[in-house]
Amino acid sequence: MTHQPHTDNLGARLGMWLFLFTELLLFGGLFLLYAVYFKRYPHEFAVAGTQLNWVMGTANTVILLTSSLCAAMAVTAVQRGESRRAVGLIGGTILCAAGFMTIKYFEWSEKIGHGIYPGSAHLRGGVPGESVFFSLYFMTTGIHGLHVLIGCVLLAVIGFKITSGAVTAENYNLLENGALYWHLVDLIWIFIFPLYYLIL
Amino acid sequence: MTMNEQHHTISYKSLTGTWVALVALTALTVAATRLDLGGYKVLTALTIACIKAGLVIAIFMHMKYEGRLLRWLLFLALVTLAIFIGLTFFDVLYR
Amino acid sequence: MTSNVQRSDATRGGFWSDSGKTGLTSWIFSTDHKRIGLLYLFSTFSFFLVAVVLGLLLRIELMAPGRTIMGPQTYNAIFTVHGVMMIFLFIIPGFPGAFGNLVMPIQIGARDVFFPRLNLLSWWLYIIGAAIILTSLFTGGGPPDTGWTFYVPFSARTGTNVSLAVFGVFVVGFSSILTGLNFVTTIHRLRCEGMTWGRLPLFVWSLYATAWVQILATPILAITLVLVMAERLLGTGLFEPAQGGDPLMYQHLFWIYSHPAVYIMILPAMGVISDIIPVFSRKPIFGYKMIAFSSLAIAAFGSLVWGHHMFTSGMSDTAILVFSFLTFVVAIPSAIKVFNWISTLYKGSISLDAPMLFALSFILLFSIGGLSGLILGAAATDVHVHDTHFVVGHFHYVIFGGSGFAFFASMHYWLPKFFGRRYAEKPAVIAWVLMFTGFNVMYFTMQVLGMEGMPRRYYDYLPEFANLNLVATIGSWILVTGLVIMLVNLFRGLLWGEPFEGNPWGGATLEWSTATPPPTENFAEDPVVTHGPYDFTQQD
Repeated sequence: MTHQPHTDNLGARLGMWLFLFTELLLFGGLFLLYAVYFKRYPHEFAVAGTQLNWVMGTANTVILLTSSLCAAMAVTAVQRGESRRAVGLIGGTILCAAGFMTIKYFEWSEKIGHGIYPGSAHLRGGVPGESVFFSLYFMTTGIHGLHVLIGCVLLAVIGFKITSGAVTAENYNLLENGALYWHLVDLIWIFIFPLYYLIL
Repeated sequence: MTMNEQHHTISYKSLTGTWVALVALTALTVAATRLDLGGYKVLTALTIACIKAGLVIAIFMHMKYEGRLLRWLLFLALVTLAIFIGLTFFDVLYR
Repeated sequence: MTSNVQRSDATRGGFWSDSGKTGLTSWIFSTDHKRIGLLYLFSTFSFFLVAVVLGLLLRIELMAPGRTIMGPQTYNAIFTVHGVMMIFLFIIPGFPGAFGNLVMPIQIGARDVFFPRLNLLSWWLYIIGAAIILTSLFTGGGPPDTGWTFYVPFSARTGTNVSLAVFGVFVVGFSSILTGLNFVTTIHRLRCEGMTWGRLPLFVWSLYATAWVQILATPILAITLVLVMAERLLGTGLFEPAQGGDPLMYQHLFWIYSHPAVYIMILPAMGVISDIIPVFSRKPIFGYKMIAFSSLAIAAFGSLVWGHHMFTSGMSDTAILVFSFLTFVVAIPSAIKVFNWISTLYKGSISLDAPMLFALSFILLFSIGGLSGLILGAAATDVHVHDTHFVVGHFHYVIFGGSGFAFFASMHYWLPKFFGRRYAEKPAVIAWVLMFTGFNVMYFTMQVLGMEGMPRRYYDYLPEFANLNLVATIGSWILVTGLVIMLVNLFRGLLWGEPFEGNPWGGATLEWSTATPPPTENFAEDPVVTHGPYDFTQQD
């Protein structure tokens, strides 16, 4: 009875969730470092944090939440057999992601323009806590950005599969798992945002 | 294949409602951290972040409609992360 | 020889030929768990053999004081590569990858793992990661000389090719994660009718616990290695004191993975032993539930004790106290297993075939390793023997005497089932005697040397350690002689030996109920399980 793995939706979701756990732990290592160094350099972290642009951070949070909404609605759309709408919603997700990466690009280039990047002379010469804060900031948002890009490619592929009829109301596992991945990216950002942009 | 055909469709309305709540919580966290809360600032920000994460997991990620297995496993993963951070602090706090 | 191999492939039947495909591509792109299992077996075991040769060279260098065959830099590189290969390329992927893949799906009555293509991807990632590690040895600044632990700040500063080696380990880690999540999903979703959790063979239980460790701990290693690369390539300074970083945080992160990783290595070994001992004692396993439970308990508690690698690092005293206590807690589930194995033997009808000899020696060697681990787990004694050969002896007792001997036990127990031919018994026993003797001569001596104060990771030592080092080196030759005999015997036997049919040892788990070798989808028709894995009354 359990021998048709390709129709076992729960099994497929279980596998995806297990993968999400590994992603959670991966970022967990970075949050662990954040916690430890924040404990050690509370003042330096607060000062460094004010140098990040919280307006851009907030904008990116709202953009990412919206992209997640689109992804979740795409699942509902496919479940209801509304393929065209689902493709549109996935397009919306990817558009939001592009917006997110654009803002991220401006933030990063502004920081790098001010000589703030891992190993820069400015940070090496500054107070120790500041260098740690910005190294963590670049590593965390960098790896997160990489996940955004991977998620985009994944969702784009799934979008094409919806168009070609490979993902349907009867067989939408792939979309569901892709959306789960996307929500994880959002989930991580929900914690990055207050920790880096708001604690000052 | 019997037990896993309980796919649950979540209406556009409740998804949008969740999104509104998430944006409102974002506004709240920004506003709260502009105030001078002293040591409670981190606590406030993280509590709100946890609520937002809970909403995303429960509604967007359909956890509310999953069986016990996935919920327990998620709990296990989060506890593991908490332990990794917690035990490290035995070193960091007392060094 | 080639024509011989091909002929025996065709006559072997089962999954070797029933799909009609026998070429190389039908293997390296196969999604059949048995073929992937054999791919893992050959690839991981090849690295084992290379690492054995490196270990032998280390022992020859230490045979006499001063420079014997190599200088310090070569010695540093060789012990690093020995460790990296043994740990990341042999024993971590070896058990789940080779025997987990070969046996686990059959033991739960499934046709394959849940994600067969992901399973193939795991093997490919392993091969790619291994290739990157091999490349790192011959490019850039030469083979890494940091030890397998890649400790900062040295690993961030050394001119050797650490970045590439670390990237290779990262890729291998990804492979390990995919195997883990595949196994958990398989065990949850693909058990056949009647295969309840209470009827799972204990090897499956142990793989289940292992898979969880792979899922939850490996990502921490991944991020740690990424940070080491960033440290080297970008100068992030997160572990660099001059920039406000803390090298101890590297040690924390590294051991958060690498201590649980020890349980990735030993848990499946314990599972194999729990499967072999009842079969060769003709008795149901004693305390099935407790053994299954203790596997989970070891996985859980094993994740809480990483700090015991850091007692002398400058960590806080409170942390030392906590981690020392927790380390002692892990001893409890391990001891439960040992007691249950012994109780299973009690009044059993024991037959001392080769798998059983390896299994029995596992109990002894693992116990010595485990008990010497308690000496290291107690903070006060650890300070004295930390970073001495006592530690080297300790973990070789656990990982070679434990996992390694269990791996050999599995080779003798399960491989005939998959090759349809068997090895000769007498040379197997001779090989076992030599390996067991050589092993103890070598590693027990190393523990004594450590107690006397000989530090690890130096190519030279004080003259008063000369005699015992000579003894240990001679032990390594005895051990390797046994290993060679075992391999030649297995190789000849499995390719050209006597036919192996049916269920000669009377195992009651599902793999013994299907054809030898098993067909591609394992069973002619989906099995229905009506009794426990160690209920031998059904056969007699």
